[in-house]
Amino acid sequence: MQTKYLVAIDDFCANHNIDISFISSLQQTGLIEITTVENSGFIATDQLLELEKYVRFYYELDINLEGIETVSYLLQRINAMQNELNTLTNRLRIYESE
Amino acid sequence: MDFVDYYKILGIDKSASPKDVKNAYRKLARKYHPDLNPNNADAKANFQKINEANEVLSDPEKRKKYDQYGENWQHGAEFEQQQQQQQQRAQSSRSRGGGFSDGPAGSDFSDFFESMFGGAGAGRGRQAKYRGDDYTTEIHLELIDAYKTHKQTLTVNGQNIRITIPAGVENGQTIKITGHGGAGTNGGPNGDLYISFSVANHTSIKRLGNNLFENVELDFYTAVLGGEITIDTLDGKVKLKVKPETQNGTKVNLKGKGFPVYKNEGQFGDLQVTYNIKIPTNLTEKQKELYRELRDSL
Repeated sequence: MQTKYLVAIDDFCANHNIDISFISSLQQTGLIEITTVENSGFIATDQLLELEKYVRFYYELDINLEGIETVSYLLQRINAMQNELNTLTNRLRIYESE
Repeated sequence: MDFVDYYKILGIDKSASPKDVKNAYRKLARKYHPDLNPNNADAKANFQKINEANEVLSDPEKRKKYDQYGENWQHGAEFEQQQQQQQQRAQSSRSRGGGFSDGPAGSDFSDFFESMFGGAGAGRGRQAKYRGDDYTTEIHLELIDAYKTHKQTLTVNGQNIRITIPAGVENGQTIKITGHGGAGTNGGPNGDLYISFSVANHTSIKRLGNNLFENVELDFYTAVLGGEITIDTLDGKVKLKVKPETQNGTKVNLKGKGFPVYKNEGQFGDLQVTYNIKIPTNLTEKQKELYRELRDSL
């Protein structure tokens, strides 16, 4: 079984000086997953980079939750298209070098 | 070193209120923020410019200095003196300001800014943690290099970093080495190092994902009568049995003889061999006669 590393949400909020309700809202929109252990909320460390990005969107760029959802979806699409572009470029090289 | 027009960068005029500055900055930051423009060097450069403009125009003291001496900054001996005095005062009186946690480290400020404000960090008096810059670099590999896991030493910003390149890496693939970017400031985390791979293929074997494709010439007689041939693969030579009456263009799939699956040690794609049957040329009259006999017998 794989070990899951968790960070307490209280610690994260204190460290980033943000309101815990923001994290709850992100969870409600499905953007992050919260693990509850003995009534305390935790977030997996592999989600931290995304969470920090959402914090920047919200607190520094004034993007509201609906905006974050939209941006997140579009960034995923950009990423998928970038991967597809790489695959197609590699496929094209096969025929170009013939 | 050229004068930098911070008002022009933010698209506002000199009479803009602090609120106008903030709004203009936020609007442009939403457009050029690195989080919203992954792997886009132009956007990053623009973001640094608007960040620098905001750093000056959102700070009443800096803005005042900039408005007063900006275009004449090269002749500002008097200004320099005043600046030093103000910096001394600032060190003891300034309070914390806002800022991007993903914002620029010292090196991201222009020479103009550093000349006028005594360096990126000087006089800012900020305690905000700044994440270090993300670095990007490219590694060029030959196909055969990408076939096996190996180590390489990179020099990034004067530091040697030894990395393991897993077998199966794709052309155009980017990997992230966390914490190996620029150093953070004020205790902020280091940036990350992004490595893009450019995998060149100078072999006759084509690669598509984990599968390999190879055209093999097959002599006419082996194609007709069957036999055994030896072909070159990325993993060495492989013996193949050829069925009698093999047609031109026949494809043979060699399971597990393809390219390694990235980060799945011991797993490989397939190698597809296509036979190109070579018809004999420069036949003698006697050989032609034998072929005619063969044709007539069929």
